[in-house]
Amino acid sequence: MGPVVPPTLRFVLCGSVDDGKSTVIGRLLHDCRQVSSDELTRIERDSARYGTQGMAADLALLVDGLRDEREQGITIDVAYRSFETPRRRFIVADAPGHEQYTRNMATGGSTADLAVVLVDARKGVLPQTARHTRIAAMFGVCHVVLAVNKMDLVEWDRDIFESIRVSYGGIAGEVGLSAIEAIPVSALTGANLTRNSASAPWYDGPTLLAHLETVVVEESPGGQPFRMPVQYVNRPHADFRGYCGRVAAGAVAVGDAVRISPAGTESRVASILVGNRTRHRAGRGDAVTLTLAPDVDVTRGDVVVDADEAIEVADQFQARLVWMHDEPLAVGRPYVMKLHSREVGAAVTRIRHRLDVSNGNELAASVLHLNDLGTVNLVTNRPVPFAPFDESRALGGFILIDRATNATAAAGTIAFPLMRAANVKWQHMDVSKDVRSRLKLQRAQCVWLTGMSASGKSTIANLLDRRLTVEGRHTYLLDGDNVRHGLCRDLGFTEADRVENIRRVAEVARLMVDAGLIVIVSFISPFRSERDYARSLFEPGEFKEVFVDASLEVCAERDPKGLYAKALRGEIRNFTGVDSPYERPEHPDLHLNTEELSPAECIDLLSHTLD
Amino acid sequence: MIRGDDLSGAWLASLESETIEVLREGVAAASRPVMLYSIGKDSSVLLHLARKAFWPAAPPFPLLHIDTTWKFREMIAFRDRTAAEAGVELRVHANEDGLREGVNPFDHGSERYTDVMKTVALRQALDEGGYDIIFVGTRRDEEKSRAKERVFSLRDAAHRWDPRAQRPELWNLYNTRLAPGESLRVSPLSNWTEADVWRYIRAEEIRIVPLYYAAERPVVERAGRWIMVDDDRMPLLPGEAPRQRRIRFRTLGCYPLTAAVESDADTLDAILAETLAADRSEREGRLIDHDRDGSMELKKKQGYF
Repeated sequence: MGPVVPPTLRFVLCGSVDDGKSTVIGRLLHDCRQVSSDELTRIERDSARYGTQGMAADLALLVDGLRDEREQGITIDVAYRSFETPRRRFIVADAPGHEQYTRNMATGGSTADLAVVLVDARKGVLPQTARHTRIAAMFGVCHVVLAVNKMDLVEWDRDIFESIRVSYGGIAGEVGLSAIEAIPVSALTGANLTRNSASAPWYDGPTLLAHLETVVVEESPGGQPFRMPVQYVNRPHADFRGYCGRVAAGAVAVGDAVRISPAGTESRVASILVGNRTRHRAGRGDAVTLTLAPDVDVTRGDVVVDADEAIEVADQFQARLVWMHDEPLAVGRPYVMKLHSREVGAAVTRIRHRLDVSNGNELAASVLHLNDLGTVNLVTNRPVPFAPFDESRALGGFILIDRATNATAAAGTIAFPLMRAANVKWQHMDVSKDVRSRLKLQRAQCVWLTGMSASGKSTIANLLDRRLTVEGRHTYLLDGDNVRHGLCRDLGFTEADRVENIRRVAEVARLMVDAGLIVIVSFISPFRSERDYARSLFEPGEFKEVFVDASLEVCAERDPKGLYAKALRGEIRNFTGVDSPYERPEHPDLHLNTEELSPAECIDLLSHTLD
Repeated sequence: MIRGDDLSGAWLASLESETIEVLREGVAAASRPVMLYSIGKDSSVLLHLARKAFWPAAPPFPLLHIDTTWKFREMIAFRDRTAAEAGVELRVHANEDGLREGVNPFDHGSERYTDVMKTVALRQALDEGGYDIIFVGTRRDEEKSRAKERVFSLRDAAHRWDPRAQRPELWNLYNTRLAPGESLRVSPLSNWTEADVWRYIRAEEIRIVPLYYAAERPVVERAGRWIMVDDDRMPLLPGEAPRQRRIRFRTLGCYPLTAAVESDADTLDAILAETLAADRSEREGRLIDHDRDGSMELKKKQGYF
């Protein structure tokens, strides 16, 4: 498939505050007759109140929709506007220029085929211009129009235009953008926006609109193998089981051999529905329903692929992130990752570097803050089918969701897998966990004791371990302090190290449960999300979260190791309960208040919950 | 030839795929999905697409109609027939308190009437149903404040919209996770324009309420706008007498609050030609949008759709 002119062009308009973005869109809408006369009347009325153009209708007011932003005079949220000419239909994302809203620029860029980067002729290329260009490149926007605006205010000086073009070309080249068209314009008068201007006889290129109407945007390379993430399983009755999704790459025809990833099972396409119509074939972008024969197990989040062209599966990646959340990225903290139709647990294991967006330098970093761009190592809690983002936006772009607030914390793109899970196949074990536990006449499980230092965890853990051993059960006790001497000797007490500490302990506990043991873990584990992460490694019912509860005052008074005294004197940093939070479990499987219950009473209660 | 005709096939197909994807994503995430059904052309298009998305099953959610009791009579008949044909359950909710108090657009003013019979009624129905995913037929091109709406728009437990708390939407990855009580208003038609809707209705031969087609109808002229006299509940002003005029509606709401346009367009081709040539905005006929500056934004913050 060669380059095609799509009927719809999606572009994002970016630039710094006051570069005139809203005026450019207002002008395009107005000149493409997308503005109705009643709307224009309203704009004229509003112009007197909010406008910056004196008595003339301020076309920026056509797009600055929300009351808040009209009063502040800035665009605070990304807006999508449609307009059409006889040659093309356009969807333009108006991306805000204010630095704190950079995440919206990323949002607008993610679905764009092309970016129009506005630069004020009087100010030249600004740090924000470089930032937007880097984001555009990161999100796979290969085509850029450099629109040098407010040329009327510099008397259409060709030298100014050329010097901006050259300095922008440097940035674009650095991030790998080559398809750049530079156009001198005045949004205020419409010159070179929708009609050629006599003011700049030295410019003989197209107007902005003419360029947008004719620019050829490469579709992703043709001849890609078939891939379709399964969004939804449609099962109206026993005789019909359809797998719904949008074709992410390639094409599929009835009779094709397909494989279900990550399971690897094979089948053939029995029928294809596009909407309610039966088709023989479907291609990229079509929303389809496939039926398979023989029918195999397929669920949401699986990817149906060409049987001869395996898709990569991995659980460790190098990826690029735009951080979008007020709360900074913590290395090791578990997030929910949404990649095509699949949600998995994920954590950043290392920040390789943060990108200085104004000069492209890679800086060492231990956190990523709101609006930072960075390159990270990422691990998922199960292997996921994917493609590098450069090959497929649909299979290589993802978001990270904060588990506590459900906020979208970051957008990311997969660069490449660090270790291919496909090469590290899960060994099929003939002796299963069930077999092992039954031999031991017990149910393998993990008892996870969480609570502040000196709340009584170790005492309870020891007593429980003894009681179970006397009863002939097979147990093991993992103690927070003890693993620090060996397994976790290399870790300190920063938040990131503590998260890694928990991850290792949880993994070891899981292996021991797999071996058929009852594992007692005694660990402060102050963060809810980390305990949730530990729970996610186990099968339902296998993980018992036990909250060993005593107030800070009581713990500080007990203080058997003298740690609270040191922490309160400031000699120990990051001490839970003193200068680092303890997040109380909301729904523990068992709540033991050690101020009211004796250790023996606690053990009785615990034994009951262990069936 | 009508402008855009040569391109419309491919782009309607891509809009259709995008909408079907959003519908399926919403249903996959939902425990109690519902579709708000307003009987208008956008609702007709959305229901048509929902039938395609889940074919051969019926759409796996009920339709919810907020009945102000001031809809055109033709609309109610159309509603009942359409739901039955699609094989979906129709739930109708009216604000009983408002009915008891006799709240109507004439005596109580459009602002109060809309608040009681639409906004409050909607909140009641959503609370009652405990819906978490609520499909709506709104488009970004309808109104300025809607140009910034997300496809999946988060509402708090009181159904309020906070423009600063909306989640960024990247690619086609929608964050559908909710805390208890929260819900998502999902707009699968976000990227459609009025012209796209008409092109699609024509291409797919979707049935719509006949009021969209021009015909002789009884009207009175008020403040330069044509208001149709649909039944005898409408009080006439002194000296006012209904006249027959050839009119049609570009948008359908409550009859005393929705103005008609004079038109001869009685076929889809004629309507489409008129839409593309239109010099006036689609919602100009919606009197409540213009109560005061920024009024749609205010209504949305309160939970209006």
